[in-house]
Amino acid sequence: MSEIPSELKYTKSHEWVRDEDDGSVTIGITDHAQELLGDLVFVELPEVGTEMSVDDAVCVVESVKAASDVYMPISGEVVEVNEILADAPETINDSPYDDGWLIRVNPSNPDEFEDLMDADSYDAEIAED
Amino acid sequence: MPFIPHTEQEIDEMLEAIGIKDTDELFEEIPSHLKISGLEGIPQGMTEMEISRLMHKRAAQNKQAVCFIGAGAYEHHIPAAVWQLTTRGEYYTAYTPYQAEASQGTLQLTYEYQSMITALTDMDVSNASLYDGASALAEAILMAVRGNRKSKSRRILLPRTVHPDYRKTADTIVSGQNIELVEVDYDRTSGTVQLDALKQAAGDDVTAVVIQQPSFFGTLEDVDAITDWAHENNALVISVTNPLSMAVLKPPGQWGSNGADIACGDGQPLGAPLSSGGPYYGFLCCSQALVRQMPGRIVGRTTDVDGKIGFVLTLQAREQHIRRSKATSNICTNQGLVVTASTIHMAILGPRGLENTAAACHANTRELVAQLGSIDGVRQAFSSPIFHESVLLLDKPAGEVLQALAQKDILGGYDLGMDYPELGNAMLVCATELRTEEEIMAYRTALQDVLAVETLHKEIA
Repeated sequence: MSEIPSELKYTKSHEWVRDEDDGSVTIGITDHAQELLGDLVFVELPEVGTEMSVDDAVCVVESVKAASDVYMPISGEVVEVNEILADAPETINDSPYDDGWLIRVNPSNPDEFEDLMDADSYDAEIAED
Repeated sequence: MPFIPHTEQEIDEMLEAIGIKDTDELFEEIPSHLKISGLEGIPQGMTEMEISRLMHKRAAQNKQAVCFIGAGAYEHHIPAAVWQLTTRGEYYTAYTPYQAEASQGTLQLTYEYQSMITALTDMDVSNASLYDGASALAEAILMAVRGNRKSKSRRILLPRTVHPDYRKTADTIVSGQNIELVEVDYDRTSGTVQLDALKQAAGDDVTAVVIQQPSFFGTLEDVDAITDWAHENNALVISVTNPLSMAVLKPPGQWGSNGADIACGDGQPLGAPLSSGGPYYGFLCCSQALVRQMPGRIVGRTTDVDGKIGFVLTLQAREQHIRRSKATSNICTNQGLVVTASTIHMAILGPRGLENTAAACHANTRELVAQLGSIDGVRQAFSSPIFHESVLLLDKPAGEVLQALAQKDILGGYDLGMDYPELGNAMLVCATELRTEEEIMAYRTALQDVLAVETLHKEIA
């Protein structure tokens, strides 16, 4: 069974979002997503300062099986990227919700937060897969 | 099984299933004036005997002209063993084999090819080849735009010393993708692109700089200075090179302090005959940092469960069968068979053979230029050192002179009038290792005669 922390928000395309205290959000891919992908071998991260809209492809996570896009769960500016993934992409497999985070974003439209799923809805969503 | 996909009965069944009367209905949306009802000018079929007679008759019209044309495709000696081995049944396919369990021989050969090309260019990685040199340049430009994320401009400096056909092909492939190709003029004295001209064209931000070495004119560019300047300005360096010349010139991987980022070119000089323009193949190499932007197939070496060495396609996650429309490229055909020939060619010649061939080309072209340059009304256009081609200026239109030479069974060079009208009566000449002293002297005599006769015509007129 995949781990689905209850304090996070989720998307259908398997991103998670953590609301940080300073108004920014942290974004990563779920435990379920990393299980589907298998061993990650490469992560292509955006440049800090990139502004993107919800559903834009912001990262590419590449496993031995496939290269997949990671989509913006909400609109905003990328303010930090997880540099350790450049040398250790497998961190996502080991720790998808903590050390394996992808990017930190300053949301430009916090209302979009309402459109994200909670843990129970995401659980139900992946049960259908 | 016959190569007839469906019987009449099967076709009728299919038509009935989808509820139409005949196959023409499937194409109804195509306007009738766009449909061709029959092919004109196609004669009736012939027997093998008739066709053989016709072909012999036509073949007899071919002339055994001596070739001094280069301009991107070069006549070289190809050892007989090369194509004898290449056309063996085991190798005889144009495709990269996917099935590792059934294709170890071909995969190993492609792996050897990649190793040889990276050795020649001194780059980290090579793919299994592309369609030709020009499309390899287009792919290199697309790679650079994907790979250089510090640059936002998507502007590529493309000097006019790069092969005109390559520039046209690159423009066709990349111009629809919001990429700007910035033409940079060359210096009329040296026949090379100057750093100042590049600086001026660069503006605030440029994504990559293309340098052809040797240039289309045969001249040698100042690759070290250009590479270092580009890197200082956050631009990637794309080299277009003649792979044979790499046996004697500094390879792209050693340009400047850090080397070129992407190296591409046409593999024709390494084992592919001229054969009216193809098939040839393109090579594409890059630094380790750009390996995930590399389009096409890459063969890797690995070990199987028993620890035995094996070869497989690798880095496939971004290919079109997985990434579909988001693949790094959807036109990454490789030229398996020509690459097979090229690999065997390189293996037979070896590093020393390639070096000797390149040196002989250089020496022969110098001799050719010295001989032709001694004729009244012929002079060398540029002052820069050359590899195995040079631009000559004539006091008569190059097209007419070349035609007159062709009447004497000498293909004297490539007319530059179309692509470089500012040079006046200019032609590009080349003498590979195949050209003998006798042939060079015969060219000299013929050119002297042609120029003299034309002068005579004008005087009479």
